[in-house]
Amino acid sequence: MKISDIARILDAEVVVDGGNLDLDVECACGSDLMSDVMSYVKENVVLLTGLVNPQVVRTAEMMDIKVVVFVRGKSLPQTVTDLAKEKGITILTTKHPMFIACGKLYSAGLTGRGVWD
Amino acid sequence: MSDSTINLKYSIPANDFTFAGEASSNVKKMLSQLGIDPGVIKRTAIAMYEAEINAVIHGGGGVANIEISPEKIIIYIKDEGPGIPDVDVAMQEGYSTAPEYIREMGFGAGMGLPNIKRYSDELQIDTEVGKGTTVKITININ
Repeated sequence: MKISDIARILDAEVVVDGGNLDLDVECACGSDLMSDVMSYVKENVVLLTGLVNPQVVRTAEMMDIKVVVFVRGKSLPQTVTDLAKEKGITILTTKHPMFIACGKLYSAGLTGRGVWD
Repeated sequence: MSDSTINLKYSIPANDFTFAGEASSNVKKMLSQLGIDPGVIKRTAIAMYEAEINAVIHGGGGVANIEISPEKIIIYIKDEGPGIPDVDVAMQEGYSTAPEYIREMGFGAGMGLPNIKRYSDELQIDTEVGKGTTVKITININ
């Protein structure tokens, strides 16, 4: 599933375009706890989170995650968007809550899993 | 230490959540420039980032020293914080002493040290209550 497909399925706004909207994503991780995200090892992951701070982008950077979806219609501080631009990480925002956002992506075929399988 | 070892040093400011992770980010960039295997880079970046965050949260900041040799990457994160009273307990997944405001920032889930252990080839923790903690993380390149 391409990042552009994720944006369409989630009715999401592309807040930062990391220049990778055609990138294929195979797995998803939905969490507000960044250490939980970091115990999840997979390639080509989209991170969905309701947590809004620069450490989300830092976590994505360390994990080689190229796209982050902020759920529940949160507005993002500039520290988040600036860091994402610097790191080339695409940022999407959706008004859907976490459960619905994850459900929509799963229903659309994004069912790849991580190390907790 | 051989001539081909690269040494890096960064200071880790206390309670600065915007800057936290900058040292790990720089090391990740350097490893990438050196052409190191992406899987090794990812393990190193995650382990160091968790230790860096720990120094910010618990240690009142600290210092990161990194040695990169052809065989391995060694990261020392040293703080002068309160120390860890019981390392075995601290290593348990889910155990955390982080205050509520840290949890609200997405950390303090009790996965930091377990994640460092998971991603490193060797983890050594030297700690003394009232003096501080030094975490030594070794990652083999081959």
